Amino acid sequence: MSEFSFLDPFQSVAIPLGDWVTHTLNFLVHHFRDVFRGIRWPIDQVLNGIEFILQSIPPSIGILLSSLLGWQLAGKRMALLCFITLTLLGLIGVWSASMTTLALVLTSVFFCALIGIPLGILCARSNRLEQVTRPLLDAMQTLPAFVYLVPVVMLFGIGNVPGVLVTIVFALPPLVRLTNLGIRQVPEDKIEAARAFGCTPRQMLTRVQLPLATSNIMAGLNQTLMLSLSMVVIASMISVGGLGQMVLRGIGRLDMGLATVGGVGLVLLAIFLDRLTQAMGARTAADPSLRWYHTGPVGLITRLYGAGRPARQPHSA
Amino acid sequence: MTHADEILSVKNIYKVFGPHADVAMNMVHAGASKHEVFEKTGQVIGVFDATFSVKRGEIFVIMGLSGSGKSTMVRLFNRLIEPTSGSIYLNGKEITGLSDKALLDVRRKEMGMVFQSFALMPHMSVLENTAFGLEISGISETERNKRAREALCQVGLAGHEHSYPHQLSGGMQQRVGLARALANDPTILLMDEAFSALDPLIRSEMQGELIRLQAEQKRTIIFISHDIEEAIRIGHRIAIMEGGRVVQIGTPQELINQPANDYVRTFFKGFDSSRVLKAGDVARLDPSATCRANGNLPTFAAGIDFGYLLGDHGQLLAVVDAHDDSASEAIRHHAHEQHPVYLDTPLHEVLNIAASLPYPVPVLDHHGVFRGTVSKNQLLQTLSRN
Repeated sequence: MSEFSFLDPFQSVAIPLGDWVTHTLNFLVHHFRDVFRGIRWPIDQVLNGIEFILQSIPPSIGILLSSLLGWQLAGKRMALLCFITLTLLGLIGVWSASMTTLALVLTSVFFCALIGIPLGILCARSNRLEQVTRPLLDAMQTLPAFVYLVPVVMLFGIGNVPGVLVTIVFALPPLVRLTNLGIRQVPEDKIEAARAFGCTPRQMLTRVQLPLATSNIMAGLNQTLMLSLSMVVIASMISVGGLGQMVLRGIGRLDMGLATVGGVGLVLLAIFLDRLTQAMGARTAADPSLRWYHTGPVGLITRLYGAGRPARQPHSA
Repeated sequence: MTHADEILSVKNIYKVFGPHADVAMNMVHAGASKHEVFEKTGQVIGVFDATFSVKRGEIFVIMGLSGSGKSTMVRLFNRLIEPTSGSIYLNGKEITGLSDKALLDVRRKEMGMVFQSFALMPHMSVLENTAFGLEISGISETERNKRAREALCQVGLAGHEHSYPHQLSGGMQQRVGLARALANDPTILLMDEAFSALDPLIRSEMQGELIRLQAEQKRTIIFISHDIEEAIRIGHRIAIMEGGRVVQIGTPQELINQPANDYVRTFFKGFDSSRVLKAGDVARLDPSATCRANGNLPTFAAGIDFGYLLGDHGQLLAVVDAHDDSASEAIRHHAHEQHPVYLDTPLHEVLNIAASLPYPVPVLDHHGVFRGTVSKNQLLQTLSRN
């Protein structure tokens, strides 16, 4: 070791960050393996459940149901869009792979919502918690996925479940941020009015803050969904199935055909999911007097059976 | 004023904004002014030693310019803003120092509030908005909808139950705001510049509605305003605030006749006080100009131009030209012959009468007893003073 020099102190003084991480990781792997196995369990259940349902629905029934859902949420144009994107997915031969990917994405979105929305609500209430979580969220979004792929494999093994975990890490931040933002942006006068009428903090949250933050939270969910989709390709490196794996295999074998089919499949799935969730977000922002059961196929059925929506009186704006 | 008349009383209330309220309060107790406290500590005093009472069933207007502390004051009543020191009593019960739970109860049952910005919930229908306070209190849906419909009827919005706030005009939105506050049947209605965001025509209409509602229900209303016309139109009593202090409290007439300082006076500058003042406010009684009728020709002291001949009970019999000696010519006026002017006749009605008479207008009470006169000079002085 050379003499200490003020001009270049880092020759002799250094933080062994890499060593620390390696030692910590080894310690965790040796002593807490069961804990991490425990974390796997709920994800495994949800993922298997969703994948089982999606894979067992025949493609033509799946396309029909999705189109009806699109119609219900945003009208006939959306129904057409759902029909076209899903039919194309089937036509290029990736129906089964895209259902696996969809199951992965829906599972990670489910857990993101489970963690992200409550965390966003807590952040909106406490400035201190927001200060603590913000750098953490920054790290989750900017840290290259490859850095935490290895520790995740060491702790959780390979396969779809660790794939969902890394996807959650990457896709969670926008939901937390937008939930936090949405609640903080609820106009002060509405909050004050609710307090003046004697709202408890809980009533404030459920009756005022969450309903008024819905469009922001929906935007956050949409972002989470999109990020999950983009993460699926990277997650395929730890042996996650679906469209991502097709892309990875295509690149590995220089089979551009296979890679392109997988890529196009991802884009089609992204368009389908994006439009659908955006339509859900837009609904809450648009005319609130329109109930969901007044429109679409459900509206058609209720009208047919005479229990249709009441005639709306003309309003002066 | 007896104690039972007071519904809300405020004793030595201070509100200091800033993280070092205790330092500021120590300075205040040592006699420092609001300005000195701000210079030395940077703490802003929103309300400075306010003490007053609001009577049951009156419309009490708190008036002041922006930053005078009036909006802070009204939020101290339901503790949307916590007072720094002092106490507030509602029906003899101390509001300051209530537990959180008891405070929620007061907000739900005793106080309704109407806001300048309406503050309606955009995701709720008019009916749901009106029933909001009741829903928060846990009242069943059928009961709260029934009461909300009644409240909407009172403010003239029946038939709009299923509209949404964004479909209504500003005036209608504020009617919903008013209905929401009334649906709780609160002891006190707090209105924070409730009509300031409305255009003048609608504002005047809403003021009329409020006066009508208050006359029907005898509800105590505390109304915040920066508009003197509004304050005088709806207020039974007005408190004027300046820089966090309550500088004067009184009826509109009292404020116009005896303004406590220049600040109060400037409020009434440009205000047509003849619409508020009554003949009785201006009338002066000069005993040397009156004479009891005893059958003889009345005589008056030198310098008196017109004398007023009174009957046994003080009723006005005639006005006499003091310089004219002939009895038949002397009588210029018989009581009640023309438009009689009473103590509570508005001043702007007196103007015409005064212009048409050569002598000061005699002012009577409702028993016909002579109570004084209003001369042209007095009228001009009164009107030019403001």
